[in-house]
Amino acid sequence: MSATDAGDLTRLTAADLADRIARHDVSAVEVTQAHLNRIAEVDEKIHAFLHVDTEGALAQAKRVDAGEVSGPLAGVPLALKDVIVTKGLPTTAGSKILEGWRPPYDATIVERMRAAGIVVLGKTNMDEFAMGSSTEHSAYGPAHNPWDLDRTPGGSGGGSSAAVASHQAPLGIGTDTGGSIRQPAAVTGTVGAKPTYGGVSRYGLIAFSSSLDQAGPCARTVLDAALLHAVIGGHDPHDSTSIDAPVPDIVTAAREGDVSGMTIGVVTQLRGNGYQPGVLARFDEAVALLEKAGARVEEVSCPHFDYALPAYYLIAPSEASSNLARYDGMRYGLRVGDDDINSAEEVMALTREAGFGAEVKRRIILGTYALSAGYYDAYYGQAQKVRTLISRDFTRAFDTVDVLVSPTTPTTAFRLGERIEDPMAMYLADLCTIPSNLYGGPGMSVPCGLSADDSLPVGFQVMAPVQADDRMYRVAAAVERALGTDRLLEQAPAL
Amino acid sequence: MAETGNTRPPISREDVAHLARLARIAMSDSELDHLAGQLEVILGAVARVQEVAAVDVPPTSHPLPLTNVYRPDEPFPSLGADAALSAAPAAEDERFRVPRILDEE
Repeated sequence: MSATDAGDLTRLTAADLADRIARHDVSAVEVTQAHLNRIAEVDEKIHAFLHVDTEGALAQAKRVDAGEVSGPLAGVPLALKDVIVTKGLPTTAGSKILEGWRPPYDATIVERMRAAGIVVLGKTNMDEFAMGSSTEHSAYGPAHNPWDLDRTPGGSGGGSSAAVASHQAPLGIGTDTGGSIRQPAAVTGTVGAKPTYGGVSRYGLIAFSSSLDQAGPCARTVLDAALLHAVIGGHDPHDSTSIDAPVPDIVTAAREGDVSGMTIGVVTQLRGNGYQPGVLARFDEAVALLEKAGARVEEVSCPHFDYALPAYYLIAPSEASSNLARYDGMRYGLRVGDDDINSAEEVMALTREAGFGAEVKRRIILGTYALSAGYYDAYYGQAQKVRTLISRDFTRAFDTVDVLVSPTTPTTAFRLGERIEDPMAMYLADLCTIPSNLYGGPGMSVPCGLSADDSLPVGFQVMAPVQADDRMYRVAAAVERALGTDRLLEQAPAL
Repeated sequence: MAETGNTRPPISREDVAHLARLARIAMSDSELDHLAGQLEVILGAVARVQEVAAVDVPPTSHPLPLTNVYRPDEPFPSLGADAALSAAPAAEDERFRVPRILDEE
């Protein structure tokens, strides 16, 4: 089936849908119903959604059709990662400890999307508290990759990427602490962007690692991602780490996709051993096409990127061990062992034993170790210094190049179960994406074709300086245009 | 070179039990043993941060150079008691009901 088949509304881009809805060619209710039908048809196989809000979605669509709300994406359905709180709508962050929780407030980005007429279809599957690279750490069972149901759709935001890739929604929201938007986008042949840290409000984003967490858009085209980014981005007084400056003009950059005169830096450290030949071949081909489109390409060394993964696996678990202390069974969520004999402290320990999965426990214990007296300087303190060195690598590189590029992931989608017993192997999936989180600059993944090794999608990563998100969209749009990868998903197997 | 991870004694079951107590997570003996082995591997890998000589490098705790972010000091309504208590595992008289916090009366 082709993307231009007007008979199937689920094949259209968000920009196209919004345009047709605005012109009254089709109603928002029809568009929403088509996507709800698609979910009913295929999600049994994909398991992208943990909760579908049929009633709320149709009610919002009716508001759009009645002209009560409007905006550049009014009436367009969206899959929302379950780490974003939604008033009255179940929010679990993929964890048993929050099973059945209905938050008493909306995240800022949810308020903004509602006001803009975006239709939230439901909440998507994810690794518990966003800790993982495969959704296999979801307490509710993994999501599956539409390209091969035996493989993971990446993580932690695999539910959103799988929903977008399987045409259950044209748009998704993810959150990216070490790659959880970009890595799932890469392995599902979709687009995912991590904005500049502070560019999109974290108010209502369930915290994993507060100095790294960043929400951002998932889509099938670079323009759709930019349109969504523009709706959710910008200063929020509820988030003291939110940047009080306008979002760069990412939509224009995505429309233009013009890289002539730009200098593009290929990161030496993000290729070589451990990278699949099929991934590197596609990446090199895309770089050559950027050069043909008028960009200058040079190789750039960022020596401290080699230490990004170890630094991340100290910083993120340390912050998580503190952030997740709030799940104590006292005010909301699960409570276990409250028998009028156990003390509050015993109830906390029993609740957390029952409510947290293996990966979350592993990271809390690791973080507790890294922060404990006697080890703090050698682990957490040293990791913070590495963070400084990585940021310096970025700023030095951006003295001579406009953006940095690399493969998004060293490999294509791996098989479910393949890495679940080997935490270090799982962590390697985020090797290329972590540096941007530590630095705070934006990064995004755009598909650059299929690997010759296994016919699975390969992601091309673009990294830009802090608050230069527009540059990133410009280069990603050029890759998409040169390779025609906005139509890549037409090659995915039918479900 | 900073002190390396090699000088660190191996992670024992008792070490993990201590960390689990600090983190308020109950764990069985077999879970403690399993985690001790995994922590040993992970700590061995992340100890690479110690290879970077960095005596004169300042630490970065956050990507944005922010200090003292204020908002206008204006009162606004907060979450009502009903909403705040709506997800409580146990509530009584407009308060969260919690297990005893003292060892004895």
